[in-house]
Amino acid sequence: MSDLTLSAPTRRRPLVLRHPSVLVFLVVLALFTLGVTLLSEGIGLGVISTSFIKTLGKTLCFCLVALAMDLVWGYCGILSLGHMAFFGLGGYAIGMWLMYERTRRIIVDSLATAELPATPQEISDGIASQIFGVVGASDFPPIWAFAHSLPLQLAAVIVAPGLLALVFGWLAFRSRVTGVYLSILTQAMTLALALYLFQNDSGLRGNNGLSGLQNLPGLDLVPQSTVSLWFFWASALALGAGYLFCAWLVSGKFGSVIRAIRDDETRVRFLGYPVEGFKLVVFTLTAILAGIAGALYYPQAGIINPAEVAPIASIYLAVWVAIGGRGRLYGAVIGAAFVSLLSSWFTGGQAPDLKIGSLHIQWVDWWTVLLGLSFVAVTLFAPKGIGGLVDLAARIKSPNRHGADLGPGAGALREREADE
Amino acid sequence: MTRNLFLTTATAALIAAGLPALAQDCPIKVGVLHSLSGTMAISETTLKDTMLMLVDEQNAKGGLLGCQIETVVVDPASDWPLFAEKARELISVHDVDVIFGNWTSVSRKSVLPVIEELNGLLFYPVQYEGEESSKNVFYTGAAPNQQAIPATDYFLEELGVEKFALLGTDYVYPRTTNNILESYLKSKGIPAEDIFVNYTPFGHSDWSKIVADVVALGADGKKVGVISTINGDANVGFYKELAAAGISADDIPVIAFSVGEEELSGLDTANLVGHLAAWNYFQSAESEANDAFIAAWKAKMGEERVTNDPMEAHYIGFNMWVNAATEAGTTDVDAVREKMWGQEFPNLTGGTAVMGVNHHLAKPVLIGEIQDDGQFDIVSQTSEVPGDAWTDFLPDSAVLISDWKDLGCGMYNTETKTCVQIKSNY
Amino acid sequence: MTKIFQRFLFCLLCLLGAPALAQEADAPIQQLLQHHGEIIAKSSRKTIAPAIDALAASGLPAAQQVLERWQAKEMWRDETSGLFVFAEEIDRDTLRIFDPANGTEIGAVPDEGYKQLKPNSGIRGMIGAALVQFQLSAPDPVTRATALDAIERDPDASHLLALRNAVGNESDPALKARKARLERLLTIRFDTDTATRIEAIESFAGDPAVDVRATLNPLVATRIEVATAAPQGDDIARILSVGSDALPRAAAYALLVEDGLVAPVLSRAEKRAALIAHLRDGAVGGYQVAQLDREDARDAAYAKLAETGAVAAVATEAEVSAALDAHVFYERFIGAPPIVARAALRALDAIETKVNLNRAADLVLDALSLASIYFLAAIGLAITFGVMGVINMAHGEFIMMGAYTGYVVQQVIPNYTVSILAALPIAFAVTFLAGVAMERLVIRWLRHRPLETLLATFGISIALQQIAKNIFGTQARPLTSPAWLDGSLVLNDIVSISYIRIAIFVLALVFLALFLFVMNRTRLGLEVRAVTQNPRMAASMGINPDRINMLTFGLGSGIAGIAGVAIGLYAKVTSEMGQDYIVQSFMTVVVGGVGNIWGALVGAAMVGSLQKGIEWFNPSNTLAAQTYMILFVILFIQFRPRGIIALKGRAAEA
Repeated sequence: MSDLTLSAPTRRRPLVLRHPSVLVFLVVLALFTLGVTLLSEGIGLGVISTSFIKTLGKTLCFCLVALAMDLVWGYCGILSLGHMAFFGLGGYAIGMWLMYERTRRIIVDSLATAELPATPQEISDGIASQIFGVVGASDFPPIWAFAHSLPLQLAAVIVAPGLLALVFGWLAFRSRVTGVYLSILTQAMTLALALYLFQNDSGLRGNNGLSGLQNLPGLDLVPQSTVSLWFFWASALALGAGYLFCAWLVSGKFGSVIRAIRDDETRVRFLGYPVEGFKLVVFTLTAILAGIAGALYYPQAGIINPAEVAPIASIYLAVWVAIGGRGRLYGAVIGAAFVSLLSSWFTGGQAPDLKIGSLHIQWVDWWTVLLGLSFVAVTLFAPKGIGGLVDLAARIKSPNRHGADLGPGAGALREREADE
Repeated sequence: MTRNLFLTTATAALIAAGLPALAQDCPIKVGVLHSLSGTMAISETTLKDTMLMLVDEQNAKGGLLGCQIETVVVDPASDWPLFAEKARELISVHDVDVIFGNWTSVSRKSVLPVIEELNGLLFYPVQYEGEESSKNVFYTGAAPNQQAIPATDYFLEELGVEKFALLGTDYVYPRTTNNILESYLKSKGIPAEDIFVNYTPFGHSDWSKIVADVVALGADGKKVGVISTINGDANVGFYKELAAAGISADDIPVIAFSVGEEELSGLDTANLVGHLAAWNYFQSAESEANDAFIAAWKAKMGEERVTNDPMEAHYIGFNMWVNAATEAGTTDVDAVREKMWGQEFPNLTGGTAVMGVNHHLAKPVLIGEIQDDGQFDIVSQTSEVPGDAWTDFLPDSAVLISDWKDLGCGMYNTETKTCVQIKSNY
Repeated sequence: MTKIFQRFLFCLLCLLGAPALAQEADAPIQQLLQHHGEIIAKSSRKTIAPAIDALAASGLPAAQQVLERWQAKEMWRDETSGLFVFAEEIDRDTLRIFDPANGTEIGAVPDEGYKQLKPNSGIRGMIGAALVQFQLSAPDPVTRATALDAIERDPDASHLLALRNAVGNESDPALKARKARLERLLTIRFDTDTATRIEAIESFAGDPAVDVRATLNPLVATRIEVATAAPQGDDIARILSVGSDALPRAAAYALLVEDGLVAPVLSRAEKRAALIAHLRDGAVGGYQVAQLDREDARDAAYAKLAETGAVAAVATEAEVSAALDAHVFYERFIGAPPIVARAALRALDAIETKVNLNRAADLVLDALSLASIYFLAAIGLAITFGVMGVINMAHGEFIMMGAYTGYVVQQVIPNYTVSILAALPIAFAVTFLAGVAMERLVIRWLRHRPLETLLATFGISIALQQIAKNIFGTQARPLTSPAWLDGSLVLNDIVSISYIRIAIFVLALVFLALFLFVMNRTRLGLEVRAVTQNPRMAASMGINPDRINMLTFGLGSGIAGIAGVAIGLYAKVTSEMGQDYIVQSFMTVVVGGVGNIWGALVGAAMVGSLQKGIEWFNPSNTLAAQTYMILFVILFIQFRPRGIIALKGRAAEA
């Protein structure tokens, strides 16, 4: 390792200079945030409604998790069909605190007028029966042991997805499960998690999940128009930081190694790199990123339940990244934003119906068909996705290998080659 | 015809002209929040069509408060967080005066905070587990005491069932309902070991072992009955297995709370004759209003379509809202709410539904036996039962009542004489 | 034409002031009905008994028919006169009514003013039991069987004698055996002679039937009682030790409290209520209210209060132990005389082992059935994934497509048997073509890019699902099996399996055989194996790999279509049904090992039996079974990453 560092004696230029796209992205994100804030209902002109602010905030979270997906799939070649499980775990971690604390305040208030001052046991029983009464229980399951503490639950946002990814990744990579096998295994993981959470016995309210998350405890008087902006800013900040982090990660030697793993794993292993270690680090880091994105997403969505970690969600994540263009960070962001916003526009009933002769096409019915088929088209004809348009504009050409196969990551941009 | 139209228009114009003080923003907007795609579209699309039909009929009658009613239909796509988003959009962007929507409990819990925050109005048409009463929601479906408890009584008294299998899909409604029923059955002297509870996932299809387990319950000589809260298309496999095992309704009767005419249309019912369902409405109910309702529905949707209980709930809910708004002279939520208390409207099954101050309807409970044409033969019909928001059969909620009129509280503890909370628990 | 005219005339007559229809209002049967008119109209099982008993005991010749017609919901009541009539519905609004006294037709009337009596199934059972006396020796064997059904459902002491009389003159051997068996069961239950009962009990030794256990179990019922000294007597079933499973400590103490032998242990809420009741000037038991925010403070305050005598003392832990030690808990037989109860207990013990064996056998059958369903669903996948290395996420949708094909065929051909036989090849053809189209249009262009194939086929999957939804709607569609597949193969009351599952099992075997035949014995199979092992070499031998791939993929998809018909028959047909099987199918293939039909077979057997096994241990939660099954598969892959039957050597790298 060290001699490799020595072999690069020249001082490297700063990250943003080497990759102007990072700077462009951050500037665009900042301008976007500023613009939305100025137009918002909360403190601005009131052109953009609170519900749309929430939609935008949630979209930013999707962009963040798409970044993570891009890192693990576009850069490292691991097609994980389970990253939304980590996203959901982050949401559950923060949701437990939000729910506990809000309920605790209600209980303490209502017990304050009782004849005898409430004992800690009574308060805890009250909270438990409020939270779990819905699912027919009245005791706190052990999994809620830390729900009273914000710092501990914030730590759980990182620890829970990180730990799951670490254990799962270690098991999977150690036994050299790769390719489609790994994809199916990750899918099985998220399915198992979803099924587990669906059970009432899991202690996380089964199918009901955790709800009322948009109401921040103790801030009842702050209107949602303001709260939504706070979360919007936080999401934008997280996305910016996440982007910078990912850009830094992939621009260095680490990035070169994981790209090499994507292109030819065996060769990298023969060169002496601990391939499994690299994969495990990427897998765990992206899981944590996904967890953070989830923790920001669900307080804006208001409710989290097991359907959120169902396998289909993770597949959609892969769809976003593929359509946006994998192997480039901005591609993931564009894909997530574009597809999820378009999706909500079409299913929102706003899209005008299409009339072809006697055929009456309602987009609510046909949008999924369009999405599915356009996805097939992208995979077949434009593996670079929307990001490919950037290449066209910047006149970057794909390497010409005279008909030879580009390998498993054909859609990903090979920087070195593309520069030539 | 033209003359009629002219008269209607003239009356509408007169009313509009005659009430300048109540400047109502025209058109009046009604939001419809039912999933049109995803897993719940199966049930909810029907309700969207019902709402469109009801609004059309009302508009043909001259609209409301001199305005035409306009429906705003959105698709929350069976995605629970999306319900909250769409509800917010309906109220704050589309400015709807009322929302008719939701099917699953979890979607209602998702919408509740938004409706309460923005002071919207929601009519919820499906039977549910109770334990809730929101200031901003009117529950037109059955609470447990309007469906589950009478059905259990029917089992105990009319069929002499001594051992119960509570089979349900694993989500809130079956969980809470079964909890209430367990507690109720114990209060009726059924020992805990005579209550078998099983939960299966949504869309479960492999029923052979569960059906065998139910049959095995009969080994101690007690009559076994099944109370099914199995949801949606999982019922298809369940009833097929039941029929294959040759279990007749005379040996082990099954009463279902989520199986109506719509669900049976996916089944050959020849082998299921005699099994039961409990609802507040069956298509086979005999009344003129019902005949007219069915005729209108078939005219709009096609001859093979059937009507069901949640449709009647929307029918009652919508008409009550129209009447309350007419009485209030405005669609303002607070004014309409006050007029809703005690609002009466004829049921499709005969009798009159009354909206209580706990925002639940008083409705009759019907028990029907499945016939081979996929319809129900009504074998028992009670008088109107007022819906109870907080069940009397769970210790925690027995002390709670809901009274928005006099107490101004949906969760009032009668022991400590305090309002536990104004907003709902979600 | 004349009929219509007649009816029209009749209705006209009815409208013209309803002429008094000829009906004997004072016939004895009608009077009897009128006497009980109110409870018959009320139609509740709790109150109806006198009416049924009176009819059954009346000895009137018409009584049997009245009971039968009433049971069949064919009795109506004239709402104005209160008279009962038999009636048939001619159409929605018209009835043809008959006089219950002699069964003569009175005529056709509009149904307004008549109310149908709808006895619920509880009442129908009681009527059935009352009818037994008329039916047991009826000439029609079907009627006699009905009578036996009624006895089985609702046995009564009076049936014993009737049955004993009827056994002898029974001509049908099957019915005779049934009657004899039923007679023994009723003897156990109702006979007064202990020796006869015991003899009957012993005759059932080792019979695991549910009705035998249902008869025996009430005999061995016991009640837990408590005394200070060990009780004597024949009817003591056993002595219970406190803290055992049969008698937990809390339950034992509750028994003592119930008998008023000891002071109760107060719950927190009760203690709190007592404190509040004795609250004086913001203090109770020497404690200020503000101090009472902890449980131990409340306990102390309550103890202080108890010292003053204001509230009853509560038992301490030591007192509880002492009280429990001082008493003996035992079970006493209450279901039957002790000697009979012990005989029943012995018989039940003998049955128990047999029941468990049978349960295990039934579980194996269930597991086999589930495995065959998974195998059928996965076999197509095993071909495409195993042979071609193509992950087809739309495989589930091919299953769905097959099921919908079955549904459409059934709409066209009303005969269920013909339609199913037609549906199988049609479903195969439809999905075969769909598979070929998909291979040519999409998969061929993504060769060697398995991850992208996976994603592209997923896109097709969601598109197909939504298209199905748009065409067929979201409601489940009926796919009905022919009558000869209804019902189940019943070995005994415990072991049974429905014919439809057997059919699926057979179908799975047929496809296994077919697959083996095609792969090992035909030219196509040879070429497929060649292309799998080395496409270039195969190509240079004159095999067209593109064509082979296309055919292979079509074959896999076609089998999925047939699996769809089979699955639709036993479960449901919805646009989302494919999703239920896709993950399990992948599990099956991955666990079993890729590229080998035997692998899929072993995988299906393992996944199916595993799921059933977990369900067995946790019968109340099927969801848990699925969760743990998947977790197990994930772990299993760690140890055998290439499945149970892994290809070795070069083939494994392909």
